[in-house]
Amino acid sequence: MNVLLDNIDLYARGFLGTIELFVVSAIGSLILGAILAAMRVSPVPILRAFGTVYINILRNTPLTLVIFFFAFAYPRLEIYDLSYFTRACIGLILYTAAFVCEVIRSGVNTVPVGQAEASRALGFTFTQTLSQIVLPQAVRNVVPPLANIQIALLKNTTIAAGFSVTEAGGIYQALSERGANVFVGLLWVAVGFLILVVPLTLLQRNLDRRWSTAR
Amino acid sequence: MTDTPMIRMAAVDKHFGELHVLKDVNLEVDRGQVVVVLGPSGSGKSTLCRTINRLEPIDSGTIEVDGRALPAEGKALAGLRADVGMVFQSFNLFAHKTVLENVMLAPLKVRKQDKAAAEKNAVRLLERVGIANQKDKYPAQLSGGQQQRVAIARALAMDPKVMLFDEPTSALDPEMVQEVLDVMTTLAKEGMTMLVVTHEMGFARRAAHRVVFMADGEIVEDSTPDDFFTNPSSDRAKDFLGKILTH
Repeated sequence: MNVLLDNIDLYARGFLGTIELFVVSAIGSLILGAILAAMRVSPVPILRAFGTVYINILRNTPLTLVIFFFAFAYPRLEIYDLSYFTRACIGLILYTAAFVCEVIRSGVNTVPVGQAEASRALGFTFTQTLSQIVLPQAVRNVVPPLANIQIALLKNTTIAAGFSVTEAGGIYQALSERGANVFVGLLWVAVGFLILVVPLTLLQRNLDRRWSTAR
Repeated sequence: MTDTPMIRMAAVDKHFGELHVLKDVNLEVDRGQVVVVLGPSGSGKSTLCRTINRLEPIDSGTIEVDGRALPAEGKALAGLRADVGMVFQSFNLFAHKTVLENVMLAPLKVRKQDKAAAEKNAVRLLERVGIANQKDKYPAQLSGGQQQRVAIARALAMDPKVMLFDEPTSALDPEMVQEVLDVMTTLAKEGMTMLVVTHEMGFARRAAHRVVFMADGEIVEDSTPDDFFTNPSSDRAKDFLGKILTH
């Protein structure tokens, strides 16, 4: 307990950083994932091809490599100067979106084809059919796997520590510098993550219950 | 303008792979006319219905709605579909929207009506099909007959020039068929142009101006209901009527 209380400033800053990284990356990955899923089911071959190539590259690359790219290779490209935090978010979003895309796409396949037909028959364009009718139902059908991905994302944020972004995964380093008990300190980090996952689990259960009545 | 037919199909052909589902189909439906399409299953009548708003593209021939040829997939086609109401065998109400939202959605998003006007019109239409008291329920909470009546209201909300019905009562329990047919009969009496694919002979007799009989992708007979039911000219129609009227 002492380790936690003596270093509460460290924990507070660390987990605040984790939460910031997570919230930005979660929202970003859901949006990008939905756009990629739309590309993969679109009738335009170029968009479909782009989606497929993207998924195969990002999903099959270790996250560490993606993060390393944005940490060390990106600045050398001298495109546009971004903060460590922003680069960490971009890496996490690009990586996680690939998984979000595939889950949403599997959700699209669960929506009966009649839904899209009715929508087209009413005069909706392809984009409207997707955004108004198909994607909302697709997402409702894949809440549990989407929650899985977001929980994985929450834990993946620790990789950003290697990036000098202040977050919970970097707490142990600071602890050892302060000479505190690192093992006990790490246990508290684990407890912190367990606590952070609780609201996600509750959200998932809540959405599941609310949306299942509509079917 | 008023003498151009509402729907005109000329020399329409369509294949599903090897299967020749529509063979040189020629059909005109005049304004205000109710045409019932009959025929054994697999005769191509549903496909015929679905080609009119291009849910099924055709291989060759022309289809015109209100004097305009069907455009290719895109904004123009969406605009044309907005004017053609369609009712499906499996209702296809949007599962994640309430009854009221189902009816309001297309007027809001396609016609860009304002919300108050769209809601007022939706409630009026739901009252007309006798289902306004269920407006806040989801489709899954309604019976099949109720869902199909909502689907009709949803199509009518776009103020269509013509209504297509693709076997609207085939998925319904027998006791619910009548409530849907009643709504359709009223529509027919009010002068809506309708093309109805169905197995409901009673409706064909009562509400249709013309009966079109299809078999093996061809239009075999095109006559008045009286003529068709009392004096069919082709063997295939006689055979079909013999089968359904004796059971």
